[in-house]
Amino acid sequence: MKQPLIEVRDLRFRYDDGAAALNGVSFRLEAGETVALLGPNGSGKTTFVLHLNGLLTGEGSIEVCGLPLDRRNVAAIRRKIGLVFQDSESQLFMPTVLEDAAFAPLQRGLSRHDALDRAMAALKTVGMEAAAARAPYHLSAGEKKRVAIAGILASDPEILALDEPTTFLDPPGQRDLAELLSALPQAKIVVTHNIPFAQALCSRAVFFQSGVIAAEGAVDEIVSRFGWDFALDRSRSRG
Amino acid sequence: MHHLVLERWSRGATFLHRRDPRAKIVALLVFLASLATAQRALSELAAALFLLLLGALLWARIPVWAALARAAIVLPFTLVFAVGCWISGDPARGAALAVKSYLSALAVIAMAATTPLPALLRGLELMRAPLFLLNVAQFLYRYLFVISEEAQHMGKAAASRGASVGGLGTGGRRFRAAAGALAVLFARSYGRAQEIHRAMLARGFTGRLQTLTPLRFRAADAAFLAAASLAPALVRIAIERIA
Repeated sequence: MKQPLIEVRDLRFRYDDGAAALNGVSFRLEAGETVALLGPNGSGKTTFVLHLNGLLTGEGSIEVCGLPLDRRNVAAIRRKIGLVFQDSESQLFMPTVLEDAAFAPLQRGLSRHDALDRAMAALKTVGMEAAAARAPYHLSAGEKKRVAIAGILASDPEILALDEPTTFLDPPGQRDLAELLSALPQAKIVVTHNIPFAQALCSRAVFFQSGVIAAEGAVDEIVSRFGWDFALDRSRSRG
Repeated sequence: MHHLVLERWSRGATFLHRRDPRAKIVALLVFLASLATAQRALSELAAALFLLLLGALLWARIPVWAALARAAIVLPFTLVFAVGCWISGDPARGAALAVKSYLSALAVIAMAATTPLPALLRGLELMRAPLFLLNVAQFLYRYLFVISEEAQHMGKAAASRGASVGGLGTGGRRFRAAAGALAVLFARSYGRAQEIHRAMLARGFTGRLQTLTPLRFRAADAAFLAAASLAPALVRIAIERIA
């Protein structure tokens, strides 16, 4: 049997205030897959993703590309999983777009020349090479998201984990992002409430509820099973 | 926002913009020391140093009036002390304080407007300034705009619910309302700081920010350093001799 990219077994986590966020999550991600994490606010989706590269540490086991997640492997695993945060503003912390895209390669010890090449290549992939010298706060929300993804791609990860990637994006921006992501070869985990986005991008969905995975399957099947779409009854709303 | 304007100015490509930040930092320190320790013929010295700074701003193609106006930001603070000196019977000291502080601010603006912040911080790092302070300065610069925007949003949210400065009551109530808003802003900034730290760790942060462009101290930088350091010192010596 082929080794999964990510294998999580019985993951449990409580925040410092005692609130249980994950109550035994088991999950697999296979190569080439794009999986949507659906579920209510506070059901543990983001907490789960923050465990995948050791930003939070709970009980249970996590293996990424065959490496058990522990103190010894955490740096290597962070190279393999690129995490795109919900708010790009927090992710773009360097003074210029180019320096931000080059942050991870420089941190990982690449020479300035190689880091520059990697950063420019990543910016080109997301169509933002023309903005290399600009300051992140001058960019639109869609541009910020693209640059945030470029900053992750510059490390050449095997897996992308995206937390609510369509937040702050208008519909054309969401469409462009879906097109960009579907063209990237990496396996992906997408935390989202945006069902059309998940349907466009994901081959599978898992549904989080109260810190556990309540169900998994095709996106349409999960959406229909949990009534996880939104259609307003206009005749009722008009009274 | 001031730092956005400075950031735009600092991206120029004039001779002054291209100089190594270390040369500019040392020249600035010499300028400040020459000004701060001056006692005699202060008005003539201030006029001469003002002309030097004006020349630098014009050379760097920085909008002069805008730079002069920005330097005036220090005046409300120094005028308090200047008025204190005047009341205590030493108006000359008060005037000297105001003039020195204004020229110092203008000199700092001239340097900041010709040096992008990452290069300036890199220069300070190479001159052995504490790394922690430099990192704090970089993040403050990057997120000042975001925090200020959050504060504006909170102000608008309060105003849309009928709050106004007059409507918050007087004394204790107004103080409590302001303190509450500050506490919320602090909590939000703290949350953002946590998220930024996570984003940095996720991308392999090892405790040291690196920059893409290495600094190279060239012959032109040495020449600039010599000229820019000698100019204020020589001007002062000449004016004090004449006086």
